[in-house]
Amino acid sequence: MDYVNIVSIFCAAFAVSFGALGPALAEGRAVAAAMDAIARQPEAANTISRTLFVGLAMIETTAIYCLVIALLLLFANPMMP
Amino acid sequence: MDSPLETFPLFMVGPESFAVPIMASVVVTWAIMAVLVLGAALLTRRLTMVPSRAQATAELLVGTVDQQIRDVTGAAPAPYRAFVGTLFLFILIANWSSLIPGVTPPTATMETPAALAAIVFLSIIFFGIRGGGVGGFLRGFALPNPVMIPLNMLESITRSFSMFVRLFGNVMSGVFVIAIVGSLAALLVPIPLMVLDLLTGAVQAYIFAVLSMVFITSAVEKGKPQTAPETKES
Repeated sequence: MDYVNIVSIFCAAFAVSFGALGPALAEGRAVAAAMDAIARQPEAANTISRTLFVGLAMIETTAIYCLVIALLLLFANPMMP
Repeated sequence: MDSPLETFPLFMVGPESFAVPIMASVVVTWAIMAVLVLGAALLTRRLTMVPSRAQATAELLVGTVDQQIRDVTGAAPAPYRAFVGTLFLFILIANWSSLIPGVTPPTATMETPAALAAIVFLSIIFFGIRGGGVGGFLRGFALPNPVMIPLNMLESITRSFSMFVRLFGNVMSGVFVIAIVGSLAALLVPIPLMVLDLLTGAVQAYIFAVLSMVFITSAVEKGKPQTAPETKES
């Protein structure tokens, strides 16, 4: 197996694994804060959960970026012969 | 396994020398468009004061879109209802079209989300110019101060690009995971993932519509002539 292939596969795995760390922590904090807010103000639950969903999807995008980079490395690598 | 980043033509149209490749996503897109247009035409053909069940459903849908636009941005929904509502419905049906066996959602290929993001990019300019004129729209780039002009211009491109990657990445990753799991254990095992895919598809459609709405109204708001600070200065 070629040296470039091995490096690409390793880097793809690293990109996804480390790219998932940050968004996971951030989503946990966002959900915890939203739960706190809903517990304090149950009448604002609609607005909070809607904003939470939008925010979660935007946080998740960073992990999705890493996934796209990993797939680029695996399937559309310009260095790969 | 096929690369999720490439598309392959389904068939060719036209004479031998000028054959135009037709992708599967284009066929599905046109099918969804036909369903939406025919459905809307049939639903609105006989509108009555006392609504039938179908008309009540359609009215509920339009009312929900209006209410969401009002809640999210505080703007009057009438100018944006058609664009944002159609965007939401199209992406929702496109994401959920993976339920039909053999159909890959067009949003899981690169072209359709890119085209949708480009439409949003152009519509931000359109609504911004319509709201505040060319001068007002361009002045919006110089807010809060002229140093920000390059950053604001860059941001207007990157936010459309991030909408494209967000929609594409989410839908494509769902389809990809289902394909991998299905190749390992095809019976009943992918069904929970498909349910998760339905949720992701609905949330992504909602987010795409909400974000485009937010960007459009921010462009319109920035373009409005600002009377308050000028009177303060004078």
